[in-house]
Amino acid sequence: MTDLSLQGLSKRFGDVAAVDDVSLEIPDGSFVCLLGPSGCGKTTLLRLLAGLETPSAGRLLVAGEDVTETPAHARRFGMVFQSLALFPHLTVAENVAYPLSIRGRPKAECRARAEELLALVQLEGMGGRRIHQLSGGQRQRVAIARGLAIAPRLFLLDEPLSALDANLREHMQVELRQLQQRLGVTTVVVTHDQKEALTMADIVIVMDQGRVQQVGPPMEVYRDPANAFVAGFIGTSNLLPCELGEGEIAVSGHRIALDPADRVKARPGAAMLSVRPEDVRIAEDGLPGRVSFVRDLGESVQVMIDHGDREITALYAPGARPEVAVGQEVGLSFAPGGRVVLPA
Amino acid sequence: MSAPSEKPTPGWLAALPAAWLAVFFLVPFAIMLGVSVAHRVPGGFYEPGFELASYARFLTPFFGKILLTSVALSAGAAAICVALAFPFTVILARMGRRAQTLVLVALLAVLSLSEVIIGFSLSTLLSKTAGIGNFFAWLGLIAESRAYTPSFFALMTGLCYLALPYAVLVLYPPVSRLDPELGEAARIMGASPMRAFWTVTVPMLRAPLMGAGILVFVFTLGVYLLPQVLGQPAHWTLSVHITDQAIFQSNLPFAAAMAVLLLIVSLALVGLTLLLGRDRAGAA
Repeated sequence: MTDLSLQGLSKRFGDVAAVDDVSLEIPDGSFVCLLGPSGCGKTTLLRLLAGLETPSAGRLLVAGEDVTETPAHARRFGMVFQSLALFPHLTVAENVAYPLSIRGRPKAECRARAEELLALVQLEGMGGRRIHQLSGGQRQRVAIARGLAIAPRLFLLDEPLSALDANLREHMQVELRQLQQRLGVTTVVVTHDQKEALTMADIVIVMDQGRVQQVGPPMEVYRDPANAFVAGFIGTSNLLPCELGEGEIAVSGHRIALDPADRVKARPGAAMLSVRPEDVRIAEDGLPGRVSFVRDLGESVQVMIDHGDREITALYAPGARPEVAVGQEVGLSFAPGGRVVLPA
Repeated sequence: MSAPSEKPTPGWLAALPAAWLAVFFLVPFAIMLGVSVAHRVPGGFYEPGFELASYARFLTPFFGKILLTSVALSAGAAAICVALAFPFTVILARMGRRAQTLVLVALLAVLSLSEVIIGFSLSTLLSKTAGIGNFFAWLGLIAESRAYTPSFFALMTGLCYLALPYAVLVLYPPVSRLDPELGEAARIMGASPMRAFWTVTVPMLRAPLMGAGILVFVFTLGVYLLPQVLGQPAHWTLSVHITDQAIFQSNLPFAAAMAVLLLIVSLALVGLTLLLGRDRAGAA
């Protein structure tokens, strides 16, 4: 199928660079999540891929073929829009078969293919219905089926699950991922939901301010963030300013020896320590702090500790709940290997 | 809409518009119906009675042709207005907020011009001595200035000028509400911009397009001044003849009969259009 190559892709609106010099290689058949806060340029990047925006600079190659100048309708891509953009004047089957009928395929073929696709998204026998007769989840499936109708070279989805309620969204994440694996179609999904990205993606691309901050498999991005932005955006991270020295760091004057398994990405001097909540341990001594809140969620226990003007979160399994009370003075230590020292 | 604890809208509120309709629409219409079957006193006025002489008089090739002219003129104006207003509105909806407001205000300003002003302005503009013919002659397009009025072209121009703002105002809300992602979706799925327009934009706006067409049709059907100012006698519509019979020939029963027939024919045509539109929507 298709490997995707972005070479210095940029899009400027006036003085603002919505997408700023993005270069990426995406292997064939991968499931890619473009992840970032709103306004980070992820939707603009998706629209550049789709051909709905013309890049200010850079090139886009699909399977070695330069499609930068190819208009959207000649790219043979599939797309699911945030609003779904289903056609209310057509039936479900006509919506799904639209990419085929617009290419002048015979009616019988359109009908057969629509049935096949509707079966794929578990909507057998719904072809004759109108869009307004469907529930939110069913509309979602129709939009996905329509996007896949011509076996697209590239499947693009813009916040496809954002309109669904939480339960259905999690269900559809799994379903979408399984469907993509079955079909092997290279897929790019825009999302601001990091949990969604971690559930579905082979490759997560974290964006901020039009630039790619980090590219990698979800667990790598989670475990080994490239900078403080990624550490803060993916999952929850405790970020503490620190001073990096030889084999040790100092957090507000408190020295902590580094382990070989810890990742150091900063130069000696001012840096930022990132620790996941599950790597924070409450002990007798260590970094001083005061317990400010204990949140028992059943599946886990969160303990908030004030350290100066920073709040540090520690996460425990329910069985390992520490014996602490709000207001208690405690010491904090960080599990070896869980410490990431990032540039400040 | 309202919470169960709140009182529902009282039913008597509907009585006011109902009374309004009865007094200002049904009663005059009933009077007109009564007049249309009254007996005409030649050289005089009319006296009450019941006879279908006025209706019978209409059933001649002469008046049949006039009815056909009226319907054809209005249908033509409706088609031209919708064909012009639709692309205009699509482009208007894509402009910036400020530009849209300016254009809409200009359009509403045109509505303040009366039929008389539009008619006489156009007849001056298209005349031989003061009109656009001089400009064409000066450009060398034609040997010497000529008049473009009265003519079918002049009349159609006047009708369209009069009705175009209404067509735009009917189309503007649905066109500006149309989700641009629908067109984009069509393009990604392989439709060129032109085909996306014809397969998505036009079908989705079928109802407002038909509404605009019907409005222009009904509106221009009642125009009685422009055909006399801009058209030749062959273009005089039924409305012109109704005015002529009522005011100049003092034949109120015949004028009323023609008005009733015009109403029936236009209602039938509008109903037929709606029926055809619904059938196609069902089959699509």
